[in-house]
Amino acid sequence: MSRLSQVFVDLQSGKRKALIPYVVAGDPSPEGTVSLLHSLVDAGADILELGVPFSDPMSEGAVIQKGHERALANGMSLQRVLGMVAEFRKDNDRTPVVMMGYANPIERFGYETFASASADAGVDGLITVDLPPEEVDGVDGALKAVGLDNIFLISPTTPEPRVQKIVERARGFIYYVAVKGVTGSGQLDTDEVARSVSLIREKTTLPIAVGFGIKDAASASAVAASADAVVVGSALIAEMEQKAHSAEGLEEIQIHGAAVQLLQSIRAGVDSSPS
Amino acid sequence: MTSEVTPELFASVPDQDGRFGRFGGKFVAETLMSALADLEQLYAGLKDDEVFQREFDEDLAHYVGRPSPLYEASRLSDAIGGARILLKREDLNHTGAHKVNNTIGQALLAKYMGKKRVIAETGAGQHGVASATVAARLGLECHVFMGEEDILRQALNVYRMKLLGARVVSVTSGSRTLKDAMNEAMRDWVTNVDDTFYIIGTVAGPHPYPMLVRDFQSVIGREARAQSLTQCGKLPDALVACVGGGSNAIGLFHPFLQDEGVAMYGVEAGGKGLETGEHAAPLSVGSPGVLHGNRTYLMQDDDGQILETHSVSAGLDYPGVGPEHAWLKDIGRVQYVAANDDEALAAFHRLTRVEGIIPALETAHAMAHAEKLAASMSPEQHIVVNLSGRGDKDILTVAALDGIEV
Ligand SMILES: Cc1ncc(COP(=O)(O)O)c(C=O)c1O
Repeated sequence: MSRLSQVFVDLQSGKRKALIPYVVAGDPSPEGTVSLLHSLVDAGADILELGVPFSDPMSEGAVIQKGHERALANGMSLQRVLGMVAEFRKDNDRTPVVMMGYANPIERFGYETFASASADAGVDGLITVDLPPEEVDGVDGALKAVGLDNIFLISPTTPEPRVQKIVERARGFIYYVAVKGVTGSGQLDTDEVARSVSLIREKTTLPIAVGFGIKDAASASAVAASADAVVVGSALIAEMEQKAHSAEGLEEIQIHGAAVQLLQSIRAGVDSSPS
Repeated sequence: MTSEVTPELFASVPDQDGRFGRFGGKFVAETLMSALADLEQLYAGLKDDEVFQREFDEDLAHYVGRPSPLYEASRLSDAIGGARILLKREDLNHTGAHKVNNTIGQALLAKYMGKKRVIAETGAGQHGVASATVAARLGLECHVFMGEEDILRQALNVYRMKLLGARVVSVTSGSRTLKDAMNEAMRDWVTNVDDTFYIIGTVAGPHPYPMLVRDFQSVIGREARAQSLTQCGKLPDALVACVGGGSNAIGLFHPFLQDEGVAMYGVEAGGKGLETGEHAAPLSVGSPGVLHGNRTYLMQDDDGQILETHSVSAGLDYPGVGPEHAWLKDIGRVQYVAANDDEALAAFHRLTRVEGIIPALETAHAMAHAEKLAASMSPEQHIVVNLSGRGDKDILTVAALDGIEV
C-alpha cells in the first residue's frame, strides 16, 4: 500500500482527519527546510505538501509568492527540492510528501526523468496547478509508471460532469480548492465546502482534502467536519514571515517555531471537529 | 517538417484542444477551465454569426477608422535603395495602435456574455488604453494591470487610462513588467471569474485566446492583401512585423500564410544584443516550455525558471510568445529575427525624419529589419511592414536616451 493510502486508512480507523501543512522548499532557507518538515510532523502533520519554487506562481497570493521569490533567491531548483525530500526520508519513511508546483520546471526536467527521480527521492504525489486533466497526460502517465499519484484539483467552478471525469482519473486523494481565488485569499464558505465535498463523495471513495482559505483552528475545524484532510499554507508562511521581521538575529528554528505553534493549534481544531 | 506544409494546414490550427502542433493548449488552474470553455463555446457560435460580424466590422469602420491606409514610404525607400517599402498604418487607428482591433472584438464578447467588469494586462500601455477605451464606450468597469517599471516608462499612457476611467494596478512582483502584469491579471481573473471578462492583449494565454485574438487582428492582413493587389498589382514579396506576444504580426501574416511567394519576418527585441542575454527574443534563442496557459518558446534557465527580459520597448519586453508563432517557426513558414535597441532607435529617428511618421518603439524594431531586408532586395519587389503603433507614448523615453530633458 502506498504511504498516502496507508495514512488515510490509519486515520480512518482512528476516526481522525488528516492535517496537511504547505511550505515552500527553500523558504526561509534551504538549510532549514528538512528540519522544518520534521518539526511540522512533530506538530501533527499527517502529510506534507512541499511547494516547488517557480518564478511565475500564477495561483499564489502575495504571501506564498514571496515564499517562492525568497526560495529562488536562495538558489532553489526542482533538483534541490528532490534532494530535500531524499534527506527527509532518511529519518522519516512514513509521512507522505506531495510536491505542489507549476508545469514548466517539470517540462524542463523531462516527464520520465522527473518521475523516476521523484520516486527515488521518496516523493508520493504531485499537484501541478497549471496541468488540468486536459494537459496532464504526459506527467500523469510517467508518475503512474513509477507508482506515484497525480493529485487532481476540483474547484467551486468545476461543473458536475467534469467532476465525474476527474475522479475517474484521480489517485491518492482529491484536492478541493475551497475558494475562487489565489492561495491565502477569499472568504471561506464552509457550507458551500460541505455541499461540494458531499457531491464529490457521491462519485468517489477517494479521500477529499480541502485547501485555500483555511487560516486557523476554527476554520480548520469547520472544514474538517466534512473533509478528510485540511490543507493550510499561507497562514503558516505569514506566521514565519512575521516572526522573522519581529526581531533581529533570530535563529531559524525560532522562525520555524511560529509555524509549528500555529500548526499545533490547528491540529487541536481539526481534532475537535464535530464530525 | 517544411515538406508537410500545405495550404490546408494553416486553416487546421488550432485543433479542438487549442493546439498549434505541439504548442498552445490550456495550461491553467482548474478554477478557470469552465470560464475558458464558456468563452470557447460562445465564440464558436459567434465566429460565423452575421450579426456579430457586422457589429464588429461597423465598429472597426466607424469607431476605429478602418480600413487603415497602406502607405508607400517612397522617400524611405529612396534613402535605402532596393525594394519598395509600404507601411500598413495601424498607428492611425483610434487610440494609436493595432491593439484596439482586438479590444473591440473582445469587448463585444464580454457584452454578449453579460460581464460588467473587464480586466487587462499591459506593457507599453497601448493595450491598456485600448481596453480602457472600449470599457468607457460600453460603460464597463475596467482594471488594468501594469508592471511598476512600465508605469514609469509609459507615464503618458497611464494617465490616458486614468482619464478614461480605468483603474491602473501597479504590479510589484517579479520583474515588474508585462509578464508579471499577466500573472496578476490571471490572479484577478481566478478570483472574480464569475463577473469578469479578461481581455488578453496579444495572441498568448490559454486557448481560445490565441485563436480569437488572431481572428480579430487578421483584419490587418486581409486589408493589406487587397490593398497590395490594388496599389501594386501583386502580392507583397515580404511582410515584416515586430513580435512581442505576436498579435500585430499574426494579424498581418495570417491572411497570407497560404501565399507561398510571400516571405515573412517576425522581429523580436534584441535588446542589448542576443549574445548579452539581455533581450526579449524567445523565438530567436529560447526553448519550448509552459507559461501563461500555453506551451511555446520561452526565455528560461535550465531549471525552467522564466528569465527576466530586456528591451527598450515595453511592449516587446516579454519572455514568451504566442503559440502560433512557435509553430510557424518550427514548420519554417516564418523567419524570426531580432533587432537590437540601438537599431530600433536609429530606425525610429529615420522614419520620423524621412517620412514624418513617429513610430512606436515596438514598431521601430520592425522598421529596423525592413530597412536591412529592403536593401537586399530589388526595386521590382515590395515589402509590407506593419506600422503597429504611433510613438507619442515613447517620446519621453527617446528624449531621455538622447539626453534631452523635455
Ligand atoms: C505599437 C505596438 N506594437 C507592437 C506591440 C507588441 O505586441 P504584439 O506582439 O502582440 O503585437 C505593442 C504592445 O504593446 C504595441 O503597443
